[in-house]
Amino acid sequence: MSDVANGVIAIIASKVRVGHPKIELSDRLEDLGLESLDAVEMIFDLEEKFDIQIPYNANNARTEFNTVGEVVSAVEQLVGSKAS
Amino acid sequence: MSDVYRVVVTGLGVVSPIGHSVASYWENLKLGISGIGPITLVPKPYELVQKVAAEVKDFDPLKHFEERQISALDRVSQFAVVAAREAIAQAAITFDMPLSVRTATIIGTGAGGQTTQDENSRRVYQDKKRVFPLTIPKLMANAPASQISMYCGLRGPAFAVASACASATHAIGLAFHMLRSGLVDCAVAGGTEACLTFGSLRAWEAMRVMAPDTCRPFSMNRAGMVLGEGAAMLVLEPLNRAEARGADILGEIVGFGMSADAADLISPDEGGMARAMLSALADARLSPEDIQYVNAHGTGTTANDVAETKALHAVFGKHAGKLAASSTKSMVGHALGAAGALEMVATLLALREGIAPPTISYLGPDPACDLDCVPNAARAMSIEAALSNSFAFGGLNAALAAKRFS
Repeated sequence: MSDVANGVIAIIASKVRVGHPKIELSDRLEDLGLESLDAVEMIFDLEEKFDIQIPYNANNARTEFNTVGEVVSAVEQLVGSKAS
Repeated sequence: MSDVYRVVVTGLGVVSPIGHSVASYWENLKLGISGIGPITLVPKPYELVQKVAAEVKDFDPLKHFEERQISALDRVSQFAVVAAREAIAQAAITFDMPLSVRTATIIGTGAGGQTTQDENSRRVYQDKKRVFPLTIPKLMANAPASQISMYCGLRGPAFAVASACASATHAIGLAFHMLRSGLVDCAVAGGTEACLTFGSLRAWEAMRVMAPDTCRPFSMNRAGMVLGEGAAMLVLEPLNRAEARGADILGEIVGFGMSADAADLISPDEGGMARAMLSALADARLSPEDIQYVNAHGTGTTANDVAETKALHAVFGKHAGKLAASSTKSMVGHALGAAGALEMVATLLALREGIAPPTISYLGPDPACDLDCVPNAARAMSIEAALSNSFAFGGLNAALAAKRFS
């Protein structure tokens, strides 16, 4: 996995309730117990770590990111477009 | 046991994004006019992601105050005093002695003097300039209550109420209970907010709950709340005093209920919402079937509108299907600590005129919000009793019950 993916997963892991030993790209954020406040804090942490702006509206949360993998690819894309 | 007085409203005052008077506010609510538009209060070079808000447009403090007075009045207090003066003028009441010392001033605000706070932070951290001498008395949360008491000569109990988005509803409810028990003989109560500053808007952006375009409560494809600002004030009196002086009685407040979720800091809780409504109904000795109209909290966020719909079903049972439950935030945005007062004015005028104001910008039904929100056009209907709901961040809920006065 890329450094970005590992960084994203580390941040998600810090927001997840206890009892999820290993986070997979296919895991659904909802199943990890990420509630609205956790998700907003996760987005903030990702923006701070990678110095990016993630367009995210908590009101559309269910359609924007379902899985860990979707968050990873969104961050990878934003980090990539920043570098180019 | 102390005496119990019936409490009526004899004066209303409004400064809103759709009018700087009660008459223009109510006319535009009935027409379904939106006060939401591009943000102009934040000067360049400051950049926001959020592009829209419901600003009070063309508010010129020099129309209402002398220049030397303005340096002591944050925008939040300017709105408050202007709305209070209108309400007192409509009530046609004079605060001579002894009424002056028997009149309460109870004013809700969520954030207080945000313009002053923002300006001060900029001077201190960015410009490294000296600080204006009246910074503290301008930004304190009780400034609007203090300024109304000073400008209008009200010498009884006076204080601010802070419960975020429920502040004004709590303030009006407290005034109602003080009048009902005979603790005071008159009250000016309401709420005020002027939170559309760069710092405040940036903080709201960070919560990721704001709609990019407009506020569509209870609608399919709604995308969140839109911030607003303004003030609304009510003059409340015991019925016997109002009748004795021949006042025009605009409506009667009959119940007030409050609750705390004791759960999540920001996620709404339908149980707490329902308890506030039930306790307002019990306080009013009304049954759910007596209510025809609810001015909903209806912020336009996914979470609030679903939770509020569930709470209305829980409180009203089968009768929920017969309610008209609209959100006037679709027109004036969410004015936080002023919202409950703006909405109580709308509720009282809905009762008086038999017209339910609409929920505008409605695109179509959301199955999770299956109540009649009076979509897109006002409706003439018979309204004898109504509720006005306010539910705050921090899980603090308040509801007022009012009746048509005839």
